[in-house]
Amino acid sequence: MIEAIVEYEFLQNAVITGLLIGLVAPLLGVFIVVRRLSLIADALSHITLTGIAASLLIEKRVSAVDDWNPMYMGMAFSVLGAVFIEKLRKVYKHYEELAIPIMLSGGIGLGVILISLADGFNTDLFSYLFGSVTAVSRGNMWTVAVITTLVVIIVLMFYKELFVLSFDEDHASIAGVNARFVHFLFIVMVALVIASAMQVVGILLVSALMTLPVASALRMSVSFRQTIGLSVLFGEISVVIGLISAYQLDVPPGGTIVMAAVVLLMISMLYKKFRSGLFEKGEKV
Amino acid sequence: MAQEPLIELEDVSFKYDRNWVVENVNMTINEGQFVGLVGPNGSGKSTLIKLMLGLEKPVRGHIRLFGKEVKKFNRWQEVGFVSQKANSFNSGFPATVYEVVRSGLVSRMNMFQLFNHNHKNKVLETLREVEMEEYARHSIGELSGGQQQRVFIARALVSDPSLIILDEPTVGVDSEHVTAFYDLLAKLNRERNLTLLMVSHDIGTITSHATHVACMNKTVHFHGSTEDYENMDDETLSLMYGHSLQQLTHNHEGSSL
Ligand SMILES: Nc1ncnc2c1ncn2[C@@H]1O[C@H](COP(=O)(O)OP(=O)(O)OP(=O)(O)O)[C@@H](O)[C@H]1O
Ligand SMILES: [Mg+2]
Repeated sequence: MIEAIVEYEFLQNAVITGLLIGLVAPLLGVFIVVRRLSLIADALSHITLTGIAASLLIEKRVSAVDDWNPMYMGMAFSVLGAVFIEKLRKVYKHYEELAIPIMLSGGIGLGVILISLADGFNTDLFSYLFGSVTAVSRGNMWTVAVITTLVVIIVLMFYKELFVLSFDEDHASIAGVNARFVHFLFIVMVALVIASAMQVVGILLVSALMTLPVASALRMSVSFRQTIGLSVLFGEISVVIGLISAYQLDVPPGGTIVMAAVVLLMISMLYKKFRSGLFEKGEKV
Repeated sequence: MAQEPLIELEDVSFKYDRNWVVENVNMTINEGQFVGLVGPNGSGKSTLIKLMLGLEKPVRGHIRLFGKEVKKFNRWQEVGFVSQKANSFNSGFPATVYEVVRSGLVSRMNMFQLFNHNHKNKVLETLREVEMEEYARHSIGELSGGQQQRVFIARALVSDPSLIILDEPTVGVDSEHVTAFYDLLAKLNRERNLTLLMVSHDIGTITSHATHVACMNKTVHFHGSTEDYENMDDETLSLMYGHSLQQLTHNHEGSSL
């Protein structure tokens, strides 16, 4: 595969984009998981699909628009969806989680209509749903690189605010943290990363790449920093194994990446069992 | 010493949905005081504290912290808080004791400021004060309830606030550490002029440490020095209070714990 990567630009694009996503998706995933917002990632990925459908339709119907990159429209929808979810969460204060099924089903419903109108049920769509090793362009790759850099910088700059907000919201407010601003910034970053990750893992499996590595990391880490480090490590391992096997088996990388993450999760669960088993034996001695 | 009022409540009332929980509370807490807030379950003590901290907004009345309306207050580094439900946090949260206590410094720091060596020393020093330094690298979720509570007390102390509000901070803490904790508070109160407001059902300990006592049941019925409180006869107490507190005072008289 190494020779193929050297030879083919599309493979370089996929691998580099994959590695960037393997870093940034679990990085945000840690905050998503500990704040119990996992479903928001799902809702946003479905709205991204709506954006892609809209883009396909416009490309088809408006002759002036040619070869539009649907990723950007997906991003726009994802970010707007994030803003709208926050609004809904305020309206249904006591049923905050209602915002998620509303957006998720609304996104799919509109998406299906738009895709049908664009006659879009074809291979292209398949690669948006489950990812693709061949569809990532140079331009996409650079966009993802810029987003990754921005997200990493923002997470570093707001690390302490994000930590306080995740651990104890009341304390965040008393510590003078502008919770609304930080939360908004966070949710917009999530929206952008979801749309970025779509190229490689596919819309249906983006949220898995954000949460599975974190689930594995939680099994073995003590500190928050360690959780972040291990999550990113597991994310990268999943992406590398997933991309190689997708290329060899000629299947969509979304499936292989997520299955690699699932295997890692199982290993981490065994690790915990194994360790506590050792501990019990040690105590008896 | 000039006694600046740190907390001022003026005709404060609050309700959840339909039920008035706090009614016409007037109270001033001055710099250097150690105020014990007592009252039966459901009397609105925790709610009153949330109002003071701006976590809930009063339906009527005014609340000022350090002379400023809570809404516009921004010197949060001066205020420490230990909540009643400190151990209702997500106990699977992956953070060490060290990381949790360090988060108490956020109010002292600028937006983009990173943690440095001074912060580290401060955190370890504060952990020593609550005798938790050996647990610094432990995950917060694996500690006992009482140990967790001591960590949250450290988080409130770490930013060197001049006012600390504590809502039943010693629930689940064993008697040895409760004594050590009250001694620490009394010392900070004496030496650093730290102002304290503490909710507690342990009236014995409150009266032996606090300088002032406030009794509330929806509204504040008594607020005065600990001496005046102790000199009050049972009849007056029950008149303004109902018998819940009576039982509490009798319990206290009957036991030395
Ligand atoms: N979030 C809430 N929504 C609705 N009602 C509430 C809420 N929190 C408290 N209450 C009600 O307000 C009243 C006062 O509650 P509060 O927690 O302030 O009492 P408390 O004096 O702190 O009691 P305790 O000694 O048990 O801690 C209670 O009747 C309670 O049922
Ligand atoms: Mg209470």
